[in-house]
Amino acid sequence: MKILVPIKRVPDPATTIRVMPDGSGIATDNVKWVINPFCEIAIEEALRIKEKQTGEVVLITVGQSTWQEQLRTGLAMGADRAILVKTDTALDSLAIARILAKVASDEKPELIILGKQAIDDDSNQVGQMLAEMLGWPQATFASKVEIGADKTSVTREIDGGLETIAFKLPGVITTDLRLNEPRYASLPGIMKARKKELKEIPADSLGVDLAPKLKIKTLTAPPKRQAGRKVASVQELVAVLHTEAKVI
Amino acid sequence: MGNVLIFAEHQGGHFPKTTLTAIHAGLDLAKKRGGASAIAVVSGDAPESAAAEIAKYGVAKVIALAHPALKNYLADAHAQALAALAKKENAEFVIATATAMGKDLFPRLAARLGAPMASEITSINDDHTFVRPMYAGNAMATVELDGPIKVLTVRGTAFDAAKPGDGAAPVEKQDAEIDAAALKMEFVSFNATKSDRPQLTEARIIVSGGRGLKSGENFKTVLEPLVDEMGAAMGASRAAVDAGFVPNDLQVGQTGKVVAPELYIAVGISGAIQHLAGMKDSKVICAINKDEEAPIFAVADYGLVADLFKAVPEMAEEIKKLKHS
Repeated sequence: MKILVPIKRVPDPATTIRVMPDGSGIATDNVKWVINPFCEIAIEEALRIKEKQTGEVVLITVGQSTWQEQLRTGLAMGADRAILVKTDTALDSLAIARILAKVASDEKPELIILGKQAIDDDSNQVGQMLAEMLGWPQATFASKVEIGADKTSVTREIDGGLETIAFKLPGVITTDLRLNEPRYASLPGIMKARKKELKEIPADSLGVDLAPKLKIKTLTAPPKRQAGRKVASVQELVAVLHTEAKVI
Repeated sequence: MGNVLIFAEHQGGHFPKTTLTAIHAGLDLAKKRGGASAIAVVSGDAPESAAAEIAKYGVAKVIALAHPALKNYLADAHAQALAALAKKENAEFVIATATAMGKDLFPRLAARLGAPMASEITSINDDHTFVRPMYAGNAMATVELDGPIKVLTVRGTAFDAAKPGDGAAPVEKQDAEIDAAALKMEFVSFNATKSDRPQLTEARIIVSGGRGLKSGENFKTVLEPLVDEMGAAMGASRAAVDAGFVPNDLQVGQTGKVVAPELYIAVGISGAIQHLAGMKDSKVICAINKDEEAPIFAVADYGLVADLFKAVPEMAEEIKKLKHS
């Protein structure tokens, strides 16, 4: 089975994010860039499906030349080849989804797996938009995926419990945290990854509308919460919650 | 002049607080837009009685959008139905709360409408400028949406819940326009997490446990008596969920539930960035942790450095005494 896995480059989740004083963005000095954690889970799931069935795992990202690093990391995990759709301008989710839909219509994967959200913009949009543009079914927030001969069933983490839905491929799946534990790239994997195909496509050559309809005007730091005080005992804690904070 | 279409999510005819916050935000948006009507839409195979319920909350009209394919929620059928309705009702905005359903449905709806979408807005500046958190809430972005239709989800904790008034808006039943041949998704089952406690997004008090609880058994024997003594909802850190102590849907944080109760008690939770993103807007935060350097104390109004295995049962006792005093 051919599986397309769109991924994104984001600051390491352990990085302390600082907003630039002029509000133009975040400070990127000393930021370590990694594959978005949910995208790593997507790569892992694609590799596991391929290992059970045979097939091909194709990575894709939309960004600058430097994003090759994350594609190489994914190739080192075991993906077969990668596509970098190159652009230097910031695109919104709609434009990213249009690009992915265009490449998917050329590549014709049976399954597209991607992270449920990127931990930088926290939008949680691209997978669902892509499914609609392709006219495909979607299973977001997946915690279990079973590819059957006839149908694929996906268990989803939703409010109040777990839901299972089913559909015939092709389809789009977005990953939640507990779908799997992504593997690390092995040393032989890293060596092999250097020779794997990494194709660059200029974004403006795809003939899709890239004009952003969502623009980020400015970023500000959130109001800081002041640390309160320490109490000495459980009795004091319950007393202040009752008489001072008046919440119990 | 375009209207504001509010998707009023319901659970078998019951409207949770999260839906009432979308109604509130939708009413606010209609006011800021000027001359726009706020229209609530309630979907289902027979949504009329639920629609009548939401008609008391200040909207100009409620549409009971009916179709057999809307019985169990599925993204493809709902996106089709709502996109067609948005055009028919001359909607300039389509808005919902960022629940699991809102998050699943609205990007698909936005793509179908070719409309830009802002996720989890926390503030409405004017009819095209909104504020939303990024980077786990470490940056607040002011975003501008451009287009004849704009799609929004709101963060439930950032808006008040709409309140019922004396009158009721007219309810209009419409059959949803759905091309059944294009539907490709099938509902199989829903396995509800069984609990008699309040839901996390509804609760006035939340008691959350972290890795410090050490086991699922300790959640039951140590934490739950305090949770129940306080009539609270129970939450958990990602570490506790990852370790399998408690079910997934108890996770509070950037990628789990975002909550803002009147009182949040963090027990044995160190306070990772992604956890703080889910609870730092709580009115009063209280932390119990044996590590006095734990980052959770930097956001806590009241901190107690103590062994939770002693402090939590003691606290349950103190609460009991207080209730009977």
